[in-house]
This record gives sequence, structure tokens and C-alpha cells, in this order.
Amino acid sequence: MNELYLFLALFILLNLLAGVLRVLLGPTLQDRMLTAQLFGTTGVAILLILSEATGVSALRDVALVFALLGVVSVVAFVRGSSAPQEQEERRKP
Amino acid sequence: MSVLDWLTAVLLVAGAFFFLAGTVGLLRFPDVYNRLHALTKADNLGLGLTILGLMLQADSWSVVVKLLLIWLLVLLAGASSAQLIAGSARRTGIRPWERR
Repeated sequence: MNELYLFLALFILLNLLAGVLRVLLGPTLQDRMLTAQLFGTTGVAILLILSEATGVSALRDVALVFALLGVVSVVAFVRGSSAPQEQEERRKP
Repeated sequence: MSVLDWLTAVLLVAGAFFFLAGTVGLLRFPDVYNRLHALTKADNLGLGLTILGLMLQADSWSVVVKLLLIWLLVLLAGASSAQLIAGSARRTGIRPWERR
């Protein structure tokens, strides 16, 4: 059972690495933003499987923090990528 | 291995398969809106199946509730992130892919 957990965690990690290819290839900026969300979902899965495999229950809390960090980083990317002129227009009443 | 262990193994393998499907979609789909579909739907489904399998192995009810809350939070996070990224793509003027 433990071997299955570790093998699946490795498999999902390889999927994550393949997804990072999108950061290198992605023609537009938003393709690169996708990776933050990918890390959020995939990272949570890997951490939860590892938490079950090793018995370290603190990894579940780490998975929770990963999910939150994922949203925060996407918000930061989206806000940071809009042109300063757009932000000016948003600030006007 | 008991019935519970077999069930967990089946659910975990199914979840990993959906992660693979999401990654293939991420790499192969033609534009950013399609890639958002693959990422949000397939990966979250894979995560849901994985968490379901892990819930069966939990030692106590508090672990089950914690796993359920993590799943709900990731669902919310994924939906909000997809909305934000798609909005940013729309504002930048990226047009959806059409079959030529």
C-alpha cells in the first residue's frame, strides 16, 4: 500500500513537471499564470498522499496553506499584469 | 489487503488518471481558455477522487472533516482563479480559438 502511495505521488509529480512546460511554451502571459493554479491543485494532491504514506499528519495543514497560497499568487499575477493605465481607469470614480 | 484498501487503491489510481488527462489537456489544447477548462475541471476531479480515497483510510472523523474542507477550499480557489485568469485574458484581447 505504501509503495502505491509513493508511486502515485511520483506520478503526479511528473505530471506537475510536464505542466511546467506550459510556462516555457505558453505564448501569452495568461498561459503562464495557469501554472500557479496547477501548483495549487497538484501540490495539494501530492502532499495529501505523502501525508498518508509517511504518517506525518502536519502535511495536511501544509496542503491547506498551499491551496490558499495558490489563490493569492493568481490574484497577485492578475493585478500585477494589468497595465498601469487600466489600474488608473479602475481608480477613477 | 482489505476491501477498504482495494477501494482506496482504485480511487487513487482513478484520480491519478484524471491528473494525467488534465496535464495532456494543458499541453495540447489550442488556446488559454481551453487550457483553463482542462486545468480546472480535470485536475479538480482528480483531486476529488484522491481525497475520497484517502478519506477511506483516515483514522478519525476529524481527519475526514479536514480532508473535506481542504477539497472544498481547493474547489473554491480553482473556480476563482479560473475566473480571474479568463477575465485577464479577455481584457488583454486574446480571442477564443476557432476551427479553421
